[in-house]
Amino acid sequence: MPDPRIGLIDRRMKGINNIIAVSSGKGGVGKSLIASTIALTLAREGHRVGLFDLDFTSPSTHVILGAKDLQPEERKGIIPPQVQGFKYMSIVYYSGDYASPLRGADISNALIELLAITRWNNLDFLIIDMPPGISDATLDIVRLIKRVKFLIVTTPSQLAFETVRKLINLLNELKIPIIGVIENMKMKESSFVSQQVEGRGIAFLGETPFDNELEEAIGNVNKLLETGFGKKLAEIVANNMKT
Amino acid sequence: MHEWALAEAVISTVSQIAGKERLKEVTEVRIKVGELQQVELDILKFALSQLETPKFRNAKFNIETVSAELKCRVCGYKWIFGKEGLNKDVAEAIHFVPEIAHAYVKCPECGSPDFEILQGRGIWLESVKGVK
Repeated sequence: MPDPRIGLIDRRMKGINNIIAVSSGKGGVGKSLIASTIALTLAREGHRVGLFDLDFTSPSTHVILGAKDLQPEERKGIIPPQVQGFKYMSIVYYSGDYASPLRGADISNALIELLAITRWNNLDFLIIDMPPGISDATLDIVRLIKRVKFLIVTTPSQLAFETVRKLINLLNELKIPIIGVIENMKMKESSFVSQQVEGRGIAFLGETPFDNELEEAIGNVNKLLETGFGKKLAEIVANNMKT
Repeated sequence: MHEWALAEAVISTVSQIAGKERLKEVTEVRIKVGELQQVELDILKFALSQLETPKFRNAKFNIETVSAELKCRVCGYKWIFGKEGLNKDVAEAIHFVPEIAHAYVKCPECGSPDFEILQGRGIWLESVKGVK
């Protein structure tokens, strides 16, 4: 017999115009900061936005957003609370300060559960902060959310791009749309990433700088949007994300 | 209530199965509910009755609870999950996302959070019967 939760996911996603998974394959490249800042920027532009932190074992977007003491509302499922002008869902509502040491099958089950019970209703954009790695969460999102598009984050490092290249290849094989690649933590002039990306027929969306002020802006969204990183990302959003 | 989302999932999936198998009417749905998720059966039954479509007019929902059996991956100890001793917030967190048990529940024998859920996790369909 099929898992009854799976049949519900399409219905939960029905009212969402754009579903964007911010992914990398590599950890530590700034996915959560980029996903959170994109959600903030789109919400400030007046769009209806949701942010779903899918990094179940190490969620961090709540720290970036300064989101504290929040709980979803129970109403025939769960309704994510509003944070900084958008709907925000994270496993941290349930795990609190405790580590959640989940293996692959557990991650899949938790992901299916939350996709099935979370009622986003109508949104222009749902931004998904993906965990690092090309494993269960990536495969599940591709399997369960038919209209998902990927936005890939890398750093200028060849080490990061080595994994990103594999993610691009996998998504291409699976025929999953890629919005493009953002090169984060840019420190000096180099065309290595843009050439590699465009050489594969993928859009290079732009670069965001390594920003010394960023750490001090964690938990303060106004400050975050005013950093060089925040302003550059706002340009990328304005040029590439339309409803 | 979370039970409403689970009921919606059951009705939606059974409707799809009925469509595929060309059932004019669903007569019996057997559902198993794992105790880890601490589903309130009365609310689930009420939600099922409210969400059912005309195809379910004469359907009987047989709901069976299954104890949640956990097995430690480190020492192999097996035990049955019970919410006794868990505070209300933790029990509720496990109710919404059963895997969150890994954040709060430890093996009673060796203290490891690395256990597998052998049975009794959530809700699943056992069988669907109907008239063609």
